[in-house]
Amino acid sequence: MGHDEHPHEHDHHEHDHSEHGSELSEMQLRVRALETVLAEKGYIDPAAIDKIIEAYETKVGPHIGARVVARAWSDPEFKQALLADGSKAVLALGLLNRVGDHLIAVENTPKLHNMIVCTLCSCYPWEVLGLPPVWYKSAPYRSRAVNDPRGVLADFGVTLPAETGIRVWDSTAETRFIVLPLRPSGTEGWSEEKLAALVTRDSMIGTGLPKQPNEIA
Amino acid sequence: MDGIHDMGGMHGFGKVEPEPDEPVFHAPWEGHCFALNRAMSYAGLWTIDKARAAREELPPEVYLGSSYYKKWELGLESLIVELGLAGSDEIGAGHALRPGKALTRKLTAAEVPNTLTRGSFARPAPGPARFKPGDRVRTKNIHPATHTRLPRYARRRVGVVEALRGCHVFPDTAALGQGDHPQWLYTVLFEGRELWGDRAEPTLQVSIEAFEPYLESA
Repeated sequence: MGHDEHPHEHDHHEHDHSEHGSELSEMQLRVRALETVLAEKGYIDPAAIDKIIEAYETKVGPHIGARVVARAWSDPEFKQALLADGSKAVLALGLLNRVGDHLIAVENTPKLHNMIVCTLCSCYPWEVLGLPPVWYKSAPYRSRAVNDPRGVLADFGVTLPAETGIRVWDSTAETRFIVLPLRPSGTEGWSEEKLAALVTRDSMIGTGLPKQPNEIA
Repeated sequence: MDGIHDMGGMHGFGKVEPEPDEPVFHAPWEGHCFALNRAMSYAGLWTIDKARAAREELPPEVYLGSSYYKKWELGLESLIVELGLAGSDEIGAGHALRPGKALTRKLTAAEVPNTLTRGSFARPAPGPARFKPGDRVRTKNIHPATHTRLPRYARRRVGVVEALRGCHVFPDTAALGQGDHPQWLYTVLFEGRELWGDRAEPTLQVSIEAFEPYLESA
């Protein structure tokens, strides 16, 4: 954030900031009260709480999914294994010590674009993408993804050809989905590491496309 | 339940607003709220479905007016009070006023790395699957007042079974503490027009993950 974008320097930001501030401090107090009670009752170990937060802030995230996609782009055998059994294939990749059941990878093609949503709550493939962004859990996305996916894509600045089919997967059970996006052209011979840098989180949800080669240094 | 959480196809919520460089948690309390939920669910006193039901049962105006992690906080409080783990007087006071109950499991820091993996919801099948890929099915017209995973927009709609996903814990009973009652789970694919009528986006297809009790032959 540049200095001139500092929240305190713009009226509308300042307004937002103070409104958030009052809810944040109320919630800060409420969560602290709950945590104190649960710790005093012997139900939780505060060290475990800190460790969970640290894991989701620093270890689990879309960088894992990006490596999965990059491997699938590079290795046709792995891609077949991934599409056949996502959990098994991701485990075999060795990025994670364990992978939960029912991870399903769905492949974009020039004729078909996949998009993942959970209209009922916030189901999301945590192990490969980390925790979901706020928009994924929000009413606008959950309501519109299933009946206006092109409108949703427009909110992300993405336009697909009119003839491209759109397939929306509503995560209504304990199956979890990750989109295998189309590999950008002009990346022939690239290393997996370089390919992974093209794979955005949103491209693995289906609300975005991978970066183009000229977008990365 | 036909609650406000069941949002698929509703109008009026506006644009999706992506946030560039979004942090995992927007304030420290969000991380703590998330972690408290994880640690308490580890104790095994409730299922993931019961935790979801607790959030869905928040009054609609509270559900819509609360941020995501605030809903998690309110849902957790309600489970803790409902199960007698702590009183609302204690949460209000911010201190335990009575000794805690004995738990069978307590999450330690050393065990945390093992909890980053999703649990398995697959269960042995009580019988053969009724449907197979390619079968035409109609979702039932059900409106339970309790937890279900059949969204409103996909009730009484004809689709095609695309895949059989195994036999899983049935959320509708698990949320009520009535046991796993394993059911076959299917990916069922609907044409956009079947869900949204003639004005639907012509290239749209939507699938849900449907448990067998939600389906009948069509």
